[in-house]
Amino acid sequence: MATVLPPKSRRQKLADAKRTREQQDIEFIPESVPNVVVHLRASDTGDQLAGELRIPGNSTAQQLDLLVNKLLQTEDDRVPYTFSLLTNSADPDSAIINITNDLWTSVLEPGHKTTEDVLTLVYTPQAVFRVRAVSRCSSAIPGHGDAILTAQFSPASSSRMATGSGDGTARVWDCDTETPIHTLKGHKSWVLCVSWSPDAKYIATGSMDNTIRLWDAQTGKALGDAMRGHTKWITGLSWEPYHLQKPDVYRFASSSKDQTIRIWNATLRRVELTMSAHSAAVTCVKWGGIGFIYSASQDKTVKVWDARDGKLLHSLNAHAHWVNHLALSTDFALRTAYHEHTGKVPATDEGKVNKAKERFEKAATLGGEIVERLVTASDDFTMYLWEPKKGTKPVARLLGHQKLVNHVSFSPDGRLIASASFDNHVKLWDGRDGKFLHTLRGHVAPVYQCSFSADSRLLVSSSKDTTLKIWDVKTGKLHTDLPGHQDEVFAVDWSPDGKKVGSGGKDKAVRLWKH
Amino acid sequence: MPQNEYIERWTKQHGRRLDHEERKRKRIAREGHKASKNAQKLHGLRAKLYAKKRHAEKIQMKKTIRQHEQRNVKTDGPSEPSSNPLPAYLLDRTQPNTAKALSSQIKQKRAEKAAKFSVPLPKVRGIAEEEMFKVVKTGKKTAKKGWKRVVTKPTFVGADFTRRPVKYERFIRPMGLRYKKANVTHPELGVTVQLPILAVKKNPQSPMYTQLGVLTKGTIIEVNVSELGMVTAGGKVVWGRWAQITNNCENDGCVNAVLLV
Repeated sequence: MATVLPPKSRRQKLADAKRTREQQDIEFIPESVPNVVVHLRASDTGDQLAGELRIPGNSTAQQLDLLVNKLLQTEDDRVPYTFSLLTNSADPDSAIINITNDLWTSVLEPGHKTTEDVLTLVYTPQAVFRVRAVSRCSSAIPGHGDAILTAQFSPASSSRMATGSGDGTARVWDCDTETPIHTLKGHKSWVLCVSWSPDAKYIATGSMDNTIRLWDAQTGKALGDAMRGHTKWITGLSWEPYHLQKPDVYRFASSSKDQTIRIWNATLRRVELTMSAHSAAVTCVKWGGIGFIYSASQDKTVKVWDARDGKLLHSLNAHAHWVNHLALSTDFALRTAYHEHTGKVPATDEGKVNKAKERFEKAATLGGEIVERLVTASDDFTMYLWEPKKGTKPVARLLGHQKLVNHVSFSPDGRLIASASFDNHVKLWDGRDGKFLHTLRGHVAPVYQCSFSADSRLLVSSSKDTTLKIWDVKTGKLHTDLPGHQDEVFAVDWSPDGKKVGSGGKDKAVRLWKH
Repeated sequence: MPQNEYIERWTKQHGRRLDHEERKRKRIAREGHKASKNAQKLHGLRAKLYAKKRHAEKIQMKKTIRQHEQRNVKTDGPSEPSSNPLPAYLLDRTQPNTAKALSSQIKQKRAEKAAKFSVPLPKVRGIAEEEMFKVVKTGKKTAKKGWKRVVTKPTFVGADFTRRPVKYERFIRPMGLRYKKANVTHPELGVTVQLPILAVKKNPQSPMYTQLGVLTKGTIIEVNVSELGMVTAGGKVVWGRWAQITNNCENDGCVNAVLLV
């Protein structure tokens, strides 16, 4: 029984007519724009490229892209770049204006700069590969006996995914043949979180029964008994970054409702450290790449810990209500470690560590230094952007949501932040200065989770309204609507190689989405 | 009838007998004996009343004992906060208890073509026009020709309805028998909610009754389910949904209906 949409009101019709009129205007770029002098500057290192350049004032972003590739001598394997104008060339932290189409419409016409000024253009490499948006549900695999609460793809490839369910089991799925491979039985209650180790060898699961279990990802066998220690359920798990690991020592951090964070040694199966400075439930924990552990809690604080000795380094107090979730600008690099989009894996352990370190540094470098940025989502409807290495003052406050923000994520290249809120919207923010970019409207119920594609060009969001939606990040428009789930979608994940999206929810079936 | 708390007042002023506590203790100690004596000796109405009282007491006692026992049992692992699992980010939130439809079942039902036309009450008693309408005999002309009718059954009248001039109003739907809301049961969830009626879709008796909006047993009505938060597979919010009336509204004074899913 479909509901027919009500006919459009007079006001809506007028607005539509106005919009169509506006769209008919073709953007006018004058032919004779005087030349402008530009400085080209790399966004990560801050190095200047090729001195002062005199280029036409109506050059497009594509032309600039060609120019940079030519200057860097990478014409054979071209790297796509995006450009933005630094308003104050002396100050790298000053406001940034993105060049969406060409210099005239983005810079000269609005009057940000005149043709007399020297323009400092910052170029940022984009992912050389392109992830195609998923568009169909390739299969709905039954198997779980109850709602699916969490899902995560293996960092190695899109052929393995692990899900945790309300029936007390976790399952590993073969996403190529779309069949279940392993059932990880052992927990006595709901499996709330699932986490793959960065080298895809182990899976850790945290449960409502206060225990954590470890599993061999290849065979699906349990590694020992439950790891007891927490006195309330587990809310989050995070593995030690691969490049910080001592050889053959696997460690991970777990956060729990019992207000503590524990660091476990997975090899020796014991608690190494217990951090307990929070005065309410810890909602999320992330192990950063520069030796910090970040935790968000319902006591309104975000705390930064030293991973070596568990000392409290900073307490970031700014939120006025529970902190629900936090994301790092390097999340993607830490999760995938040495696994690249090319699928090549270094042969030696040393090579792997070096590769992981290199990838982490590439993701974290901004303006020539390694900065790990942190964004926290809260019940006070706002988010804060932090740089914990530089101090306890927030970089920016991200205002705009009208209900609590449940989930926040950084794009793999660290340039965008997406926040999923209970006010039915997803919002996009600039990852560098926290400026608001777009509101992604379309869901009709609270949005639970969101996940970027590996090339940072697309975003998938899951909602209570039973749908997934794919958004085009650049335009802020809906790319594809993916109906198919029969009930709320609790968990969604885009595989690190971008080929598949996996989702699960209250309807107990795992769904895989492909192009 | 005693006026005011005179016993308490007396106790406050003069205190209790010196052996009050002792006597109380003894009375309580002998309570079992007294109960047994009463149970054996009482006859007739008194015995009946006594047995009833004792029965209720025993039930209460058993319930308390069971509660105490459950408190002492040690369980391993915390009990789950509810039967339906929730992800970690929803655990500490109070969920608004909306009767959300299990849309999977709805879809399955819809897949069976026949189910489209099957309703919970397939057959209803026919109602004759004599029963449905009363002829109005007031007024000179009206009485002579007898063309005016009063609907004797409950009706649904839309919010924007205005009565026609007396001369042209053939059917009168009495204000006292108009209903705006129905108690709608969701058959799968077993929840009942009071929802506003949007329209009468079909009265099985006759198309004329449908037009008049007569609510009889078996009538299909459309109700506003927006507050249930049901969503279609396409992610649109469901607004109106059909329901079938399951009771004789004219006898009960309320409209009960079951949602067609």
